[in-house]
Amino acid sequence: MKCDVCKETEATVHLTQIVSGAMQKIDLCESCAKAKGVSDPTGFSMADMLLGVGQEETTSITTTGGSELQCPGCGMTQSDFKKSGRLGCAQCYDTFAEGLAPLLKGMHKGEQHIGKSPASRAENPETTEKLKVLRRDLDHAVKSENFELAADLRDRIRKLEQESRTKTKT
Amino acid sequence: MTKANTNPRPGGEMPDNIVVSTRVRLARNLKDYPFPGWAKKQDRLRIVEVIRPVVEETEDMRGGFSKTMDELTAIEKQVLVERHLISREHAAKNVGSAIVINSAGTLAVMINEEDHMRMQAIMPGFKFQEIHQMIDRLDTRLSTSLPYAFSLKLGFLTACPTNLGTAMRASAMIHLPALVLLEHMNKIVQAVNKLGLAVRGLYGEGTEALGNLFQISNQTSLGETEAVVLDRIGKVIAEIVRHEQNARITLLEKNPRMVYDHIGRAYGILANAQTITSKETMNLLSMLSLGIDLGVFEDLSHATVDQLFMDTQPAHLQRNHNNQKLIAEDRDGLRGDYIRSKLAAVHRPRFVFPPKKTPDDKDAKSE
Repeated sequence: MKCDVCKETEATVHLTQIVSGAMQKIDLCESCAKAKGVSDPTGFSMADMLLGVGQEETTSITTTGGSELQCPGCGMTQSDFKKSGRLGCAQCYDTFAEGLAPLLKGMHKGEQHIGKSPASRAENPETTEKLKVLRRDLDHAVKSENFELAADLRDRIRKLEQESRTKTKT
Repeated sequence: MTKANTNPRPGGEMPDNIVVSTRVRLARNLKDYPFPGWAKKQDRLRIVEVIRPVVEETEDMRGGFSKTMDELTAIEKQVLVERHLISREHAAKNVGSAIVINSAGTLAVMINEEDHMRMQAIMPGFKFQEIHQMIDRLDTRLSTSLPYAFSLKLGFLTACPTNLGTAMRASAMIHLPALVLLEHMNKIVQAVNKLGLAVRGLYGEGTEALGNLFQISNQTSLGETEAVVLDRIGKVIAEIVRHEQNARITLLEKNPRMVYDHIGRAYGILANAQTITSKETMNLLSMLSLGIDLGVFEDLSHATVDQLFMDTQPAHLQRNHNNQKLIAEDRDGLRGDYIRSKLAAVHRPRFVFPPKKTPDDKDAKSE
């Protein structure tokens, strides 16, 4: 039996779980299992993450029946995504936002991007510069475990970003 | 395998003979096209048409190497994989994907791998700051002419949600023979995993740790700045290097015969084998490299071992043999010939054992 993810190596890790009364089976090779964080067979909640859909979302699909979510940008459906674990286009992130949210939570350190922004969207160089300084300060604050300052800086960054977003949109 | 370095002494500086190379990779997508894995062939061709000239014309890439994947032979692609300039996945691509590499081989942009662009900077030794600056500059230049898929909340949008945010992977290739000999690697791997970093083999995901080479990289990219990630991975690597240095000292003190046996056998086999696989070659070259660090070779340099390491890999071997496709058996023979010729003038290792307490004291428990 080949691994469901890489489809190359022999599967040695087999996960079975019941979601909304339906049985799901996933077969993985050792390295894909490790890469997806499924090294521990009891870590069953990872199985859903693996195919890219949070448990809540799976439930909602079952209940809504035939009308499956489809991305207007590229035509990818929820089950296409589930199969490949890859999204079809940038717009998919809006289309499948609800289902992705719980998945992202477990996958990353945070839920808000605080790194670099592309130069093309820097309509206002002054804002970009300000954000750069704030982000640097935030890094320092987190490193020195000054969480009060970090929280304040994070709020200021968000506010500035929101302002620039509104400006970009108009 | 390791960069030539005449100073193997442990010290404050990160020694190049343990940190073989460092790499920073960014994933970027255009906002108006489907991601490569979902795009139709015409879309993928169009994406290459849009991206490739912009990349080629940047100051960084001018005068470099630029090919579509269908223009390259299987051997040429594999040579690029062995040099860590493209991924194994990218080597499997054909029409609708491309690769642009600068003339120094330090910057490479894969077009239509899993994302529209996977760009990397790579250099020998511990160079995270330098290579991050290089790739950041290239990325900024490209972003002025290419409209990126970006969200204020999720950062750079990537085909796989695991790469969201900075879409940055920083990785280091480290040579850890003493930790392997002491059987400490499992512990290290577990500790590193707990810190949100991944440990992989020589060619990335799902590959074996040949030649005692390990790749350490960050696993998460959303919710932290580039600087924080680079700082953390740098510190972890410094720590692992320290462990490796201590492991070497421990081995020499506690079990010099075992270490020297490995090195002596490695030399014996490599200098005399008639036929040898690339896997065995890598593992034995790792021991020669350790031997150089431990000072047992008077006339073998890291540069020679590095060259052997690269040139004995299957695609390099075939490329240097009239680009002829050879079956494994013939490659193994050719590899043996090549290594023997390279080591013909190298003197056998001379092992100096640490001074023993007088042999008679052995039973008397001193201390």
